[in-house]
Amino acid sequence: MSKKEALRDRAGWKGLIVVIFAVLMVISTIFSIQFGSAKIPLKDIWTTFTGDIQSDFQNIIWNIRVPRTFVAILVGANLAVAGVLLQGIMKNPLADPYIIGVSSGAGLAGMIVLILYPHLPHILTPVAFIGATIVAFTVYALAWEKGIAPTRIILAGVAISAFLGSGISALMVFYSDRVQGTIDFMVGGLSARSWPQVEVILPYSIVGILLAIIGIRKMNLLMLGDRTAKSLGARVEWIRFSMTAVATLLAASAVSVVGLLGFVGLIVPHTARLIVGNDYRVLLPASIFLGAAILTASDTLGRIMFAPIEVPVGVIMGAIGAPFFLYLLRRKMV
Amino acid sequence: MSSLEAASISHSFSDKHVLKQIDLELKEGRIYSIIGPNGSGKSTLLHVLSRQLKPDHGQIYWKQADLYRLPPKKVAQELALLAQVNDVMDLTVEQLISYGRTPHKSMFQRLDEEDQIIIDEAIQLTKLEALRKRNVSQLSGGERQRAWIALCLAQQPKVLFLDEPTTYLDISHQLDVLEIVTQLQKTQNVTIVMVLHDLNHAAVYSDEVIVVKEGRIYGQGTPKEMMNPDMFKDVFNVHADIYEDKDNELLRIVMKPLKD
Repeated sequence: MSKKEALRDRAGWKGLIVVIFAVLMVISTIFSIQFGSAKIPLKDIWTTFTGDIQSDFQNIIWNIRVPRTFVAILVGANLAVAGVLLQGIMKNPLADPYIIGVSSGAGLAGMIVLILYPHLPHILTPVAFIGATIVAFTVYALAWEKGIAPTRIILAGVAISAFLGSGISALMVFYSDRVQGTIDFMVGGLSARSWPQVEVILPYSIVGILLAIIGIRKMNLLMLGDRTAKSLGARVEWIRFSMTAVATLLAASAVSVVGLLGFVGLIVPHTARLIVGNDYRVLLPASIFLGAAILTASDTLGRIMFAPIEVPVGVIMGAIGAPFFLYLLRRKMV
Repeated sequence: MSSLEAASISHSFSDKHVLKQIDLELKEGRIYSIIGPNGSGKSTLLHVLSRQLKPDHGQIYWKQADLYRLPPKKVAQELALLAQVNDVMDLTVEQLISYGRTPHKSMFQRLDEEDQIIIDEAIQLTKLEALRKRNVSQLSGGERQRAWIALCLAQQPKVLFLDEPTTYLDISHQLDVLEIVTQLQKTQNVTIVMVLHDLNHAAVYSDEVIVVKEGRIYGQGTPKEMMNPDMFKDVFNVHADIYEDKDNELLRIVMKPLKD
Protein backbone atom coordinates (compact mmCIF):
# COMPACT_ATOMS: atom_id res chain seq x y z
CA MET A 1 0.00 0.00 0.00
CA SER A 2 3.06 2.23 0.10
CA LYS A 3 2.32 3.19 -3.52
CA LYS A 4 -1.01 4.71 -2.63
CA GLU A 5 0.41 6.44 0.40
CA ALA A 6 3.13 8.02 -1.69
CA LEU A 7 0.52 9.29 -4.12
CA ARG A 8 -1.51 10.75 -1.30
CA ASP A 9 1.61 12.29 0.19
CA ARG A 10 2.36 14.17 -2.99
CA ALA A 11 -1.23 15.32 -3.36
CA GLY A 12 -1.21 16.33 0.29
CA TRP A 13 1.86 18.49 -0.13
CA LYS A 14 0.25 20.32 -3.02
CA GLY A 15 -3.00 20.61 -1.13
CA LEU A 16 -1.07 22.31 1.65
CA ILE A 17 0.18 24.95 -0.80
CA VAL A 18 -3.42 25.65 -1.79
CA VAL A 19 -4.31 26.08 1.88
CA ILE A 20 -1.34 28.44 2.33
CA PHE A 21 -2.55 30.55 -0.60
CA ALA A 22 -6.03 30.63 0.95
CA VAL A 23 -4.54 31.80 4.24
CA LEU A 24 -2.59 34.50 2.39
CA MET A 25 -5.87 35.64 0.88
CA VAL A 26 -7.47 35.89 4.31
CA ILE A 27 -4.51 37.81 5.74
CA SER A 28 -4.45 40.31 2.87
CA THR A 29 -8.21 40.69 3.22
CA ILE A 30 -7.81 41.67 6.87
CA PHE A 31 -4.99 44.11 6.00
CA SER A 32 -7.08 45.57 3.21
CA ILE A 33 -9.95 46.28 5.61
CA GLN A 34 -7.61 47.56 8.27
CA PHE A 35 -5.36 49.94 6.33
CA GLY A 36 -6.16 53.03 4.32
CA SER A 37 -6.48 56.74 4.89
CA ALA A 38 -7.66 55.84 8.38
CA LYS A 39 -6.19 52.84 10.20
CA ILE A 40 -8.89 50.78 11.84
CA PRO A 41 -8.10 48.73 14.94
CA LEU A 42 -8.75 45.00 14.55
CA LYS A 43 -11.10 45.21 17.53
CA ASP A 44 -13.44 47.54 15.65
CA ILE A 45 -13.42 45.30 12.58
CA TRP A 46 -14.36 42.41 14.82
CA THR A 47 -17.19 44.21 16.54
CA THR A 48 -18.52 45.50 13.23
CA PHE A 49 -18.73 42.00 11.86
CA THR A 50 -20.21 40.49 14.99
CA GLY A 51 -22.54 43.46 15.39
CA ASP A 52 -22.07 43.59 19.15
CA ILE A 53 -21.12 47.21 19.64
CA GLN A 54 -21.49 50.27 17.42
CA SER A 55 -18.11 51.34 16.09
CA ASP A 56 -17.09 54.74 14.74
CA PHE A 57 -15.58 53.00 11.78
CA GLN A 58 -18.68 51.04 10.88
CA ASN A 59 -19.50 53.25 7.92
CA ILE A 60 -15.98 53.10 6.48
CA ILE A 61 -15.82 49.36 6.98
CA TRP A 62 -19.17 48.47 5.46
CA ASN A 63 -19.42 50.98 2.66
CA ILE A 64 -15.82 51.47 1.61
CA ARG A 65 -13.32 48.89 2.78
CA VAL A 66 -15.35 45.67 2.65
CA PRO A 67 -16.88 46.15 -0.82
CA ARG A 68 -13.55 47.38 -2.24
CA THR A 69 -11.76 44.34 -0.83
CA PHE A 70 -14.52 42.14 -2.17
CA VAL A 71 -14.05 43.62 -5.65
CA ALA A 72 -10.28 43.09 -5.37
CA ILE A 73 -10.76 39.43 -4.41
CA LEU A 74 -13.18 38.78 -7.26
CA VAL A 75 -11.15 40.66 -9.87
CA GLY A 76 -7.95 38.89 -8.79
CA ALA A 77 -9.60 35.49 -8.89
CA ASN A 78 -11.31 36.18 -12.24
CA LEU A 79 -8.17 37.36 -14.01
CA ALA A 80 -6.10 34.53 -12.55
CA VAL A 81 -8.59 31.88 -13.66
CA ALA A 82 -8.92 33.49 -17.10
CA GLY A 83 -5.13 33.40 -17.43
CA VAL A 84 -4.71 29.84 -16.24
CA LEU A 85 -7.38 28.65 -18.67
CA LEU A 86 -5.97 30.56 -21.64
CA GLN A 87 -2.42 29.34 -21.02
CA GLY A 88 -3.71 25.78 -21.19
CA ILE A 89 -5.96 26.40 -24.18
CA MET A 90 -3.32 28.22 -26.21
CA LYS A 91 -0.48 26.01 -24.98
CA ASN A 92 1.47 29.18 -24.48
CA PRO A 93 2.87 30.37 -21.16
CA LEU A 94 2.53 33.98 -22.30
CA ALA A 95 -1.17 33.77 -23.08
CA ASP A 96 -3.27 35.96 -20.83
CA PRO A 97 -6.67 37.66 -20.96
CA TYR A 98 -5.22 40.39 -23.17
CA ILE A 99 -4.27 37.96 -25.86
CA ILE A 100 -7.87 37.18 -26.79
CA GLY A 101 -8.69 40.85 -27.29
CA VAL A 102 -10.56 41.37 -24.03
CA SER A 103 -8.44 44.34 -23.05
CA SER A 104 -8.61 46.22 -26.32
CA GLY A 105 -12.34 45.53 -26.66
CA ALA A 106 -13.15 46.69 -23.17
CA GLY A 107 -10.60 49.48 -23.51
CA LEU A 108 -12.05 51.06 -26.62
CA ALA A 109 -15.65 50.61 -25.49
CA GLY A 110 -14.82 52.01 -22.06
CA MET A 111 -12.96 54.98 -23.51
CA ILE A 112 -15.86 55.78 -25.82
CA VAL A 113 -18.17 55.96 -22.82
CA LEU A 114 -15.74 57.94 -20.67
CA ILE A 115 -14.87 60.47 -23.37
CA LEU A 116 -18.00 60.78 -25.47
CA TYR A 117 -20.66 60.09 -22.84
CA PRO A 118 -19.06 61.20 -19.57
CA HIS A 119 -22.52 62.03 -18.22
CA LEU A 120 -23.49 58.33 -18.35
CA PRO A 121 -20.96 56.71 -15.97
CA HIS A 122 -23.29 53.86 -15.05
CA ILE A 123 -23.19 52.39 -18.56
CA LEU A 124 -19.39 52.07 -18.44
CA THR A 125 -19.34 48.56 -17.04
CA PRO A 126 -21.93 46.95 -19.31
CA VAL A 127 -20.56 48.67 -22.42
CA ALA A 128 -16.99 47.63 -21.61
CA PHE A 129 -18.22 44.11 -21.05
CA ILE A 130 -20.03 44.03 -24.39
CA GLY A 131 -16.96 45.44 -26.16
CA ALA A 132 -14.70 42.81 -24.61
CA THR A 133 -17.03 39.99 -25.55
CA ILE A 134 -17.54 41.15 -29.14
CA VAL A 135 -13.81 41.47 -29.73
CA ALA A 136 -13.03 38.13 -28.10
CA PHE A 137 -15.44 36.35 -30.41
CA THR A 138 -14.22 38.31 -33.45
CA VAL A 139 -10.68 37.18 -32.69
CA TYR A 140 -11.91 33.63 -32.34
CA ALA A 141 -13.81 33.77 -35.64
CA LEU A 142 -10.82 35.26 -37.47
CA ALA A 143 -8.57 32.52 -36.15
CA TRP A 144 -10.93 29.79 -37.30
CA GLU A 145 -9.99 27.62 -40.25
CA LYS A 146 -11.05 23.96 -40.09
CA GLY A 147 -10.57 24.17 -36.35
CA ILE A 148 -8.66 26.49 -34.13
CA ALA A 149 -4.90 26.66 -33.84
CA PRO A 150 -3.50 28.43 -30.77
CA THR A 151 -0.97 30.43 -32.77
CA ARG A 152 -3.70 31.76 -35.04
CA ILE A 153 -5.65 33.05 -32.03
CA ILE A 154 -2.59 34.78 -30.65
CA LEU A 155 -1.78 36.43 -33.98
CA ALA A 156 -5.38 37.49 -34.56
CA GLY A 157 -5.52 38.82 -30.99
CA VAL A 158 -2.35 40.86 -31.42
CA ALA A 159 -3.55 42.31 -34.74
CA ILE A 160 -7.01 43.27 -33.47
CA SER A 161 -5.55 44.72 -30.27
CA ALA A 162 -3.18 46.91 -32.27
CA PHE A 163 -6.06 48.06 -34.46
CA LEU A 164 -8.32 48.96 -31.54
CA GLY A 165 -5.39 50.45 -29.65
CA SER A 166 -4.98 52.99 -32.40
CA GLY A 167 -8.68 53.75 -31.97
CA ILE A 168 -8.07 54.49 -28.29
CA SER A 169 -5.10 56.70 -29.16
CA ALA A 170 -7.18 58.59 -31.74
CA LEU A 171 -9.87 59.25 -29.12
CA MET A 172 -7.25 60.56 -26.73
CA VAL A 173 -5.82 62.89 -29.37
CA PHE A 174 -9.16 64.29 -30.50
CA TYR A 175 -10.47 64.79 -26.97
CA SER A 176 -7.24 65.54 -25.16
CA ASP A 177 -9.13 67.82 -22.76
CA ARG A 178 -11.15 64.89 -21.44
CA VAL A 179 -8.34 62.38 -21.05
CA GLN A 180 -7.88 63.18 -17.35
CA GLY A 181 -11.06 61.34 -16.36
CA THR A 182 -10.00 58.15 -18.12
CA ILE A 183 -6.68 57.55 -16.39
CA ASP A 184 -8.12 55.40 -13.63
CA PHE A 185 -9.71 53.18 -16.26
CA MET A 186 -6.60 53.02 -18.43
CA VAL A 187 -4.23 51.86 -15.68
CA GLY A 188 -6.74 49.81 -13.73
CA GLY A 189 -7.67 50.90 -10.25
CA LEU A 190 -9.99 50.01 -7.42
CA SER A 191 -10.51 53.51 -6.12
CA ALA A 192 -14.14 54.22 -5.17
CA ARG A 193 -15.28 50.72 -6.14
CA SER A 194 -18.15 49.68 -3.90
CA TRP A 195 -21.23 47.48 -3.68
CA PRO A 196 -22.57 48.30 -7.18
CA GLN A 197 -19.34 46.93 -8.70
CA VAL A 198 -19.58 43.86 -6.47
CA GLU A 199 -23.04 43.27 -7.85
CA VAL A 200 -21.75 43.54 -11.41
CA ILE A 201 -18.89 41.11 -11.09
CA LEU A 202 -20.15 38.59 -8.54
CA PRO A 203 -22.56 36.64 -10.77
CA TYR A 204 -19.90 36.29 -13.50
CA SER A 205 -17.32 35.17 -10.96
CA ILE A 206 -19.60 32.51 -9.55
CA VAL A 207 -20.71 31.16 -12.92
CA GLY A 208 -17.27 31.45 -14.53
CA ILE A 209 -15.35 29.79 -11.73
CA LEU A 210 -17.92 27.01 -11.44
CA LEU A 211 -17.63 26.33 -15.18
CA ALA A 212 -13.84 26.36 -14.87
CA ILE A 213 -14.07 23.78 -12.09
CA ILE A 214 -16.31 21.62 -14.26
CA GLY A 215 -13.69 21.90 -17.01
CA ILE A 216 -10.76 20.74 -14.86
CA ARG A 217 -10.57 17.22 -16.31
CA LYS A 218 -10.92 18.50 -19.85
CA MET A 219 -8.10 20.99 -19.30
CA ASN A 220 -5.92 18.18 -18.00
CA LEU A 221 -6.65 16.14 -21.13
CA LEU A 222 -5.73 19.08 -23.36
CA MET A 223 -2.38 19.22 -21.59
CA LEU A 224 -1.54 15.79 -23.06
CA GLY A 225 -1.59 17.22 -26.58
CA ASP A 226 -4.40 17.53 -29.11
CA ARG A 227 -3.94 14.13 -30.72
CA THR A 228 -3.78 12.22 -27.46
CA ALA A 229 -6.71 14.18 -26.05
CA LYS A 230 -8.74 13.29 -29.15
CA SER A 231 -7.63 9.69 -28.92
CA LEU A 232 -8.97 9.67 -25.36
CA GLY A 233 -12.36 10.85 -26.61
CA ALA A 234 -12.10 14.57 -25.81
CA ARG A 235 -13.85 17.04 -28.13
CA VAL A 236 -10.80 19.23 -28.43
CA GLU A 237 -12.37 22.03 -30.49
CA TRP A 238 -15.33 22.26 -28.16
CA ILE A 239 -13.11 22.39 -25.08
CA ARG A 240 -11.06 25.20 -26.65
CA PHE A 241 -14.18 27.16 -27.59
CA SER A 242 -16.10 26.72 -24.35
CA MET A 243 -13.12 27.40 -22.10
CA THR A 244 -12.20 30.49 -24.13
CA ALA A 245 -15.77 31.68 -23.58
CA VAL A 246 -15.43 31.09 -19.84
CA ALA A 247 -12.12 32.98 -19.76
CA THR A 248 -13.70 35.84 -21.72
CA LEU A 249 -16.60 36.03 -19.31
CA LEU A 250 -14.28 36.18 -16.32
CA ALA A 251 -11.77 38.63 -17.79
CA ALA A 252 -14.38 40.91 -19.37
CA SER A 253 -16.31 41.24 -16.13
CA ALA A 254 -13.09 42.05 -14.27
CA VAL A 255 -11.90 44.60 -16.82
CA SER A 256 -15.29 46.27 -16.98
CA VAL A 257 -15.12 46.89 -13.23
CA VAL A 258 -11.48 47.92 -12.72
CA GLY A 259 -10.32 48.98 -16.16
CA LEU A 260 -7.27 47.74 -18.00
CA LEU A 261 -5.50 45.93 -15.21
CA GLY A 262 -2.56 44.02 -16.62
CA PHE A 263 -0.21 41.25 -15.50
CA VAL A 264 -2.51 39.54 -12.95
CA GLY A 265 -3.63 36.95 -15.49
CA LEU A 266 -0.01 36.32 -16.37
CA ILE A 267 1.93 36.40 -13.12
CA VAL A 268 -0.47 34.48 -10.93
CA PRO A 269 -0.96 31.36 -13.05
CA HIS A 270 2.77 31.29 -13.78
CA THR A 271 3.74 31.44 -10.13
CA ALA A 272 1.12 28.88 -9.19
CA ARG A 273 2.32 26.59 -11.96
CA LEU A 274 5.94 26.87 -10.81
CA ILE A 275 4.94 25.81 -7.33
CA VAL A 276 2.18 23.23 -7.74
CA GLY A 277 2.72 21.99 -11.31
CA ASN A 278 0.35 21.54 -14.23
CA ASP A 279 -2.46 19.49 -12.74
CA TYR A 280 -5.55 21.69 -12.95
CA ARG A 281 -7.11 19.98 -9.95
CA VAL A 282 -4.54 21.79 -7.83
CA LEU A 283 -3.52 24.57 -10.21
CA LEU A 284 -7.01 26.06 -10.49
CA PRO A 285 -7.75 26.53 -6.77
CA ALA A 286 -4.15 27.65 -6.21
CA SER A 287 -4.56 30.35 -8.90
CA ILE A 288 -7.89 31.51 -7.51
CA PHE A 289 -6.53 32.09 -3.99
CA LEU A 290 -3.19 33.47 -5.11
CA GLY A 291 -4.87 35.87 -7.56
CA ALA A 292 -7.22 37.16 -4.89
CA ALA A 293 -4.38 37.47 -2.37
CA ILE A 294 -1.97 39.31 -4.69
CA LEU A 295 -4.51 41.81 -5.96
CA THR A 296 -5.87 42.56 -2.51
CA ALA A 297 -2.37 42.97 -1.08
CA SER A 298 -1.22 45.17 -3.99
CA ASP A 299 -4.26 47.40 -3.63
CA THR A 300 -3.63 47.78 0.10
CA LEU A 301 0.01 48.60 -0.58
CA GLY A 302 -1.04 51.22 -3.15
CA ARG A 303 -3.25 52.89 -0.58
CA ILE A 304 -0.67 53.16 2.20
CA MET A 305 2.60 53.54 0.31
CA PHE A 306 2.30 57.24 -0.57
CA ALA A 307 -0.75 58.14 1.51
CA PRO A 308 -2.70 60.34 1.14
CA ILE A 309 -1.98 59.88 -2.59
CA GLU A 310 -3.35 56.56 -3.77
CA VAL A 311 -1.34 54.56 -6.29
CA PRO A 312 -3.68 52.63 -8.61
CA VAL A 313 -3.34 48.88 -8.26
CA GLY A 314 -2.57 48.64 -11.98
CA VAL A 315 0.63 50.62 -11.42
CA ILE A 316 1.68 48.32 -8.58
CA MET A 317 0.95 45.24 -10.68
CA GLY A 318 3.01 46.64 -13.52
CA ALA A 319 5.87 47.45 -11.18
CA ILE A 320 5.86 43.89 -9.82
CA GLY A 321 4.92 42.23 -13.09
CA ALA A 322 7.59 43.49 -15.45
CA PRO A 323 10.58 42.50 -13.27
CA PHE A 324 8.87 39.20 -12.57
CA PHE A 325 8.72 38.60 -16.28
CA LEU A 326 12.42 39.29 -16.68
CA TYR A 327 13.07 36.89 -13.82
CA LEU A 328 11.15 34.19 -15.68
CA LEU A 329 13.14 34.98 -18.78
CA ARG A 330 16.45 34.60 -16.96
CA ARG A 331 15.33 31.33 -15.44
CA LYS A 332 14.29 30.22 -18.93
CA MET A 333 10.78 29.47 -17.78
CA VAL A 334 9.31 31.14 -20.85
CA MET B 1 -14.03 -10.34 -40.32
CA SER B 2 -13.22 -6.85 -41.41
CA SER B 3 -13.47 -4.35 -38.60
CA LEU B 4 -12.28 -1.10 -40.13
CA GLU B 5 -13.20 -0.08 -43.65
CA ALA B 6 -12.42 2.99 -45.69
CA ALA B 7 -14.64 3.78 -48.66
CA SER B 8 -13.32 6.19 -51.32
CA ILE B 9 -11.55 8.54 -48.95
CA SER B 10 -10.22 11.83 -50.30
CA HIS B 11 -8.66 14.63 -48.36
CA SER B 12 -6.77 17.79 -49.15
CA PHE B 13 -4.88 20.44 -47.22
CA SER B 14 -5.34 23.85 -48.81
CA ASP B 15 -4.99 22.97 -52.51
CA LYS B 16 -2.90 19.87 -52.14
CA HIS B 17 -4.69 16.56 -52.57
CA VAL B 18 -3.14 14.35 -49.94
CA LEU B 19 -5.44 11.34 -50.16
CA LYS B 20 -7.14 10.33 -53.40
CA GLN B 21 -9.99 7.85 -53.55
CA ILE B 22 -8.67 5.41 -50.99
CA ASP B 23 -10.41 2.11 -50.33
CA LEU B 24 -9.15 -0.10 -47.57
CA GLU B 25 -10.18 -3.06 -45.45
CA LEU B 26 -8.53 -3.96 -42.19
CA LYS B 27 -9.21 -7.24 -40.42
CA GLU B 28 -9.36 -7.84 -36.71
CA GLY B 29 -6.28 -8.96 -34.81
CA ARG B 30 -3.67 -8.33 -37.50
CA ILE B 31 -0.63 -6.09 -37.64
CA TYR B 32 -0.67 -3.58 -40.49
CA SER B 33 2.20 -1.32 -41.48
CA ILE B 34 1.59 1.68 -43.66
CA ILE B 35 4.70 2.44 -45.70
CA GLY B 36 5.54 4.98 -48.36
CA PRO B 37 7.92 7.82 -49.07
CA ASN B 38 7.68 11.14 -47.22
CA GLY B 39 4.70 13.18 -48.31
CA SER B 40 2.87 10.16 -49.71
CA GLY B 41 0.01 10.73 -47.28
CA LYS B 42 0.63 7.80 -44.95
CA SER B 43 0.35 9.84 -41.73
CA THR B 44 -2.80 11.54 -43.00
CA LEU B 45 -4.26 8.13 -43.79
CA LEU B 46 -3.51 7.00 -40.23
CA HIS B 47 -5.19 10.10 -38.81
CA VAL B 48 -8.25 9.65 -40.99
CA LEU B 49 -8.58 6.01 -39.93
CA SER B 50 -8.15 6.81 -36.23
CA ARG B 51 -10.87 9.48 -36.14
CA GLN B 52 -8.38 12.30 -35.73
CA LEU B 53 -9.15 13.98 -39.02
CA LYS B 54 -12.49 13.92 -40.80
CA PRO B 55 -11.80 13.38 -44.50
CA ASP B 56 -13.30 15.78 -47.06
CA HIS B 57 -14.95 12.89 -48.91
CA GLY B 58 -15.69 9.25 -48.24
CA GLN B 59 -16.56 7.23 -45.17
CA ILE B 60 -14.77 5.19 -42.58
CA TYR B 61 -16.74 2.31 -41.12
CA TRP B 62 -15.96 0.83 -37.75
CA LYS B 63 -17.90 -2.41 -37.42
CA GLN B 64 -20.30 -1.20 -40.11
CA ALA B 65 -21.00 2.11 -38.33
CA ASP B 66 -19.86 5.48 -39.69
CA LEU B 67 -16.80 6.23 -37.54
CA TYR B 68 -17.24 10.00 -37.61
CA ARG B 69 -20.86 9.78 -36.48
CA LEU B 70 -20.13 7.68 -33.42
CA PRO B 71 -19.70 9.57 -30.14
CA PRO B 72 -15.98 10.35 -29.61
CA LYS B 73 -15.95 8.80 -26.18
CA LYS B 74 -17.40 5.53 -27.44
CA VAL B 75 -14.79 5.43 -30.20
CA ALA B 76 -12.06 6.14 -27.64
CA GLN B 77 -13.06 2.97 -25.78
CA GLU B 78 -12.06 0.96 -28.84
CA LEU B 79 -9.51 2.95 -30.85
CA ALA B 80 -6.30 4.46 -29.47
CA LEU B 81 -3.57 6.50 -31.14
CA LEU B 82 0.05 6.89 -30.16
CA ALA B 83 0.86 10.32 -31.58
CA GLN B 84 4.14 10.90 -33.36
CA VAL B 85 5.20 13.79 -31.15
CA ASN B 86 4.39 13.92 -27.46
CA ASP B 87 5.19 16.78 -25.15
CA VAL B 88 7.27 16.26 -22.07
CA MET B 89 4.87 16.10 -19.17
CA ASP B 90 5.20 17.18 -15.60
CA LEU B 91 3.50 14.00 -14.40
CA THR B 92 4.62 10.73 -12.93
CA VAL B 93 4.60 7.72 -15.22
CA GLU B 94 1.68 6.25 -13.33
CA GLN B 95 -0.33 9.48 -13.48
CA LEU B 96 0.23 9.72 -17.22
CA ILE B 97 -0.87 6.14 -17.77
CA SER B 98 -3.97 6.61 -15.62
CA TYR B 99 -5.30 9.11 -18.19
CA GLY B 100 -5.80 6.08 -20.43
CA ARG B 101 -8.83 5.20 -18.32
CA THR B 102 -10.60 8.46 -19.23
CA PRO B 103 -12.87 7.08 -21.97
CA HIS B 104 -14.14 4.40 -19.62
CA LYS B 105 -15.15 6.82 -16.87
CA SER B 106 -18.00 9.26 -16.62
CA MET B 107 -17.23 12.91 -16.04
CA PHE B 108 -16.77 12.94 -12.28
CA GLN B 109 -16.11 9.25 -11.69
CA ARG B 110 -12.92 8.36 -9.86
CA LEU B 111 -10.54 5.54 -10.68
CA ASP B 112 -11.33 2.33 -8.82
CA GLU B 113 -9.56 -0.96 -8.03
CA GLU B 114 -10.31 -2.36 -11.47
CA ASP B 115 -8.74 0.66 -13.17
CA GLN B 116 -5.67 0.26 -10.97
CA ILE B 117 -5.34 -3.38 -12.08
CA ILE B 118 -5.52 -2.34 -15.73
CA ILE B 119 -2.95 0.41 -15.15
CA ASP B 120 -0.66 -2.08 -13.40
CA GLU B 121 -0.96 -4.46 -16.33
CA ALA B 122 -0.02 -1.71 -18.75
CA ILE B 123 2.99 -0.86 -16.61
CA GLN B 124 4.03 -4.51 -16.53
CA LEU B 125 3.68 -5.02 -20.25
CA THR B 126 5.83 -1.99 -20.98
CA LYS B 127 8.36 -2.94 -18.24
CA LEU B 128 7.98 0.34 -16.38
CA GLU B 129 7.58 -1.11 -12.87
CA ALA B 130 10.76 0.51 -11.56
CA LEU B 131 9.89 3.88 -13.07
CA ARG B 132 6.23 4.23 -12.14
CA LYS B 133 6.84 7.02 -9.60
CA ARG B 134 9.38 8.79 -11.77
CA ASN B 135 8.49 12.06 -13.46
CA VAL B 136 7.99 11.59 -17.20
CA SER B 137 10.32 14.52 -17.90
CA GLN B 138 13.19 12.58 -16.29
CA LEU B 139 12.88 9.55 -18.58
CA SER B 140 15.04 8.68 -21.56
CA GLY B 141 13.49 8.75 -25.04
CA GLY B 142 12.86 5.02 -25.09
CA GLU B 143 11.35 4.95 -21.62
CA ARG B 144 9.16 7.89 -22.43
CA GLN B 145 7.85 6.21 -25.56
CA ARG B 146 7.02 3.12 -23.49
CA ALA B 147 5.13 5.30 -21.00
CA TRP B 148 3.03 6.81 -23.78
CA ILE B 149 2.36 3.34 -25.19
CA ALA B 150 1.27 2.25 -21.71
CA LEU B 151 -1.18 5.15 -21.72
CA CYS B 152 -2.72 3.71 -24.90
CA LEU B 153 -2.75 0.22 -23.36
CA ALA B 154 -4.64 1.44 -20.30
CA GLN B 155 -7.28 2.55 -22.78
CA GLN B 156 -7.77 -1.17 -23.62
CA PRO B 157 -8.29 -0.52 -27.30
CA LYS B 158 -9.39 -3.02 -29.95
CA VAL B 159 -7.28 -1.15 -32.48
CA LEU B 160 -4.02 0.62 -31.67
CA PHE B 161 -2.72 3.16 -34.18
CA LEU B 162 0.94 4.18 -33.96
CA ASP B 163 2.38 7.09 -35.90
CA GLU B 164 6.07 6.35 -36.55
CA PRO B 165 6.52 4.90 -33.06
CA THR B 166 10.22 4.11 -33.54
CA THR B 167 11.46 7.39 -34.99
CA TYR B 168 14.21 9.08 -32.93
CA LEU B 169 14.74 5.99 -30.75
CA ASP B 170 17.90 3.94 -30.34
CA ILE B 171 17.71 0.62 -32.15
CA SER B 172 17.25 -1.43 -28.97
CA HIS B 173 14.33 0.79 -27.95
CA GLN B 174 12.90 0.55 -31.47
CA LEU B 175 12.82 -3.21 -31.12
CA ASP B 176 11.33 -2.93 -27.60
CA VAL B 177 8.43 -0.94 -29.03
CA LEU B 178 7.86 -3.40 -31.87
CA GLU B 179 8.02 -6.37 -29.50
CA ILE B 180 5.42 -4.79 -27.19
CA VAL B 181 3.18 -4.24 -30.16
CA THR B 182 3.59 -7.84 -31.35
CA GLN B 183 2.90 -9.16 -27.90
CA LEU B 184 -0.25 -7.08 -27.67
CA GLN B 185 -1.55 -8.55 -30.89
CA LYS B 186 -0.67 -12.12 -29.87
CA THR B 187 -2.01 -12.06 -26.32
CA GLN B 188 -4.98 -9.70 -26.60
CA ASN B 189 -5.83 -9.88 -30.29
CA VAL B 190 -5.45 -6.11 -30.66
CA THR B 191 -5.39 -4.88 -34.24
CA ILE B 192 -2.26 -2.83 -34.88
CA VAL B 193 -2.02 -0.14 -37.55
CA MET B 194 1.28 1.68 -37.67
CA VAL B 195 3.17 4.01 -39.92
CA LEU B 196 6.74 2.73 -40.16
CA HIS B 197 9.78 4.33 -41.68
CA ASP B 198 12.07 1.34 -41.50
CA LEU B 199 11.13 -1.03 -44.31
CA ASN B 200 12.99 -3.97 -42.79
CA HIS B 201 10.98 -3.55 -39.59
CA ALA B 202 7.81 -3.40 -41.65
CA ALA B 203 8.78 -6.61 -43.43
CA VAL B 204 9.52 -8.47 -40.19
CA TYR B 205 6.79 -7.21 -37.88
CA SER B 206 3.70 -6.92 -40.09
CA ASP B 207 1.08 -9.40 -41.18
CA GLU B 208 0.24 -7.03 -44.00
CA VAL B 209 1.80 -3.92 -45.45
CA ILE B 210 -0.18 -1.09 -47.02
CA VAL B 211 1.94 0.73 -49.58
CA VAL B 212 0.97 4.35 -50.20
CA LYS B 213 2.22 6.36 -53.16
CA GLU B 214 1.19 9.93 -53.93
CA GLY B 215 -2.03 9.70 -51.93
CA ARG B 216 -3.17 6.41 -53.45
CA ILE B 217 -2.91 2.82 -52.31
CA TYR B 218 -0.22 1.22 -54.43
CA GLY B 219 -0.97 -2.18 -52.97
CA GLN B 220 -1.85 -4.13 -49.88
CA GLY B 221 -0.72 -7.63 -48.94
CA THR B 222 1.63 -9.78 -46.89
CA PRO B 223 5.24 -8.61 -46.80
CA LYS B 224 6.12 -11.48 -49.14
CA GLU B 225 3.52 -10.38 -51.66
CA MET B 226 4.35 -6.70 -51.52
CA MET B 227 8.07 -6.51 -50.89
CA ASN B 228 9.42 -7.08 -54.38
CA PRO B 229 11.97 -5.21 -56.50
CA ASP B 230 9.30 -3.64 -58.70
CA MET B 231 7.49 -2.08 -55.75
CA PHE B 232 10.72 -0.65 -54.33
CA LYS B 233 11.55 0.81 -57.72
CA ASP B 234 8.09 2.25 -58.34
CA VAL B 235 7.39 3.61 -54.87
CA PHE B 236 10.71 4.31 -53.17
CA ASN B 237 12.85 4.83 -56.23
CA VAL B 238 15.54 2.39 -55.04
CA HIS B 239 16.93 -0.92 -56.18
CA ALA B 240 16.22 -3.68 -53.65
CA ASP B 241 17.55 -7.21 -53.23
CA ILE B 242 15.25 -9.33 -51.12
CA TYR B 243 16.48 -12.38 -49.24
CA GLU B 244 14.39 -14.86 -47.37
CA ASP B 245 15.51 -16.32 -44.10
CA LYS B 246 14.57 -20.01 -44.53
CA ASP B 247 14.36 -20.87 -40.81
CA ASN B 248 11.77 -18.36 -39.65
CA GLU B 249 10.57 -17.15 -43.03
CA LEU B 250 11.59 -13.54 -42.52
CA LEU B 251 12.49 -11.14 -45.28
CA ARG B 252 15.71 -9.22 -45.40
CA ILE B 253 15.88 -6.26 -47.72
CA VAL B 254 19.06 -4.63 -48.98
CA MET B 255 18.54 -1.36 -50.79
CA LYS B 256 20.83 0.48 -53.20
CA PRO B 257 20.43 3.60 -55.32
CA LEU B 258 18.91 2.97 -58.73
CA LYS B 259 21.40 2.83 -61.58
CA ASP B 260 20.42 5.01 -64.49
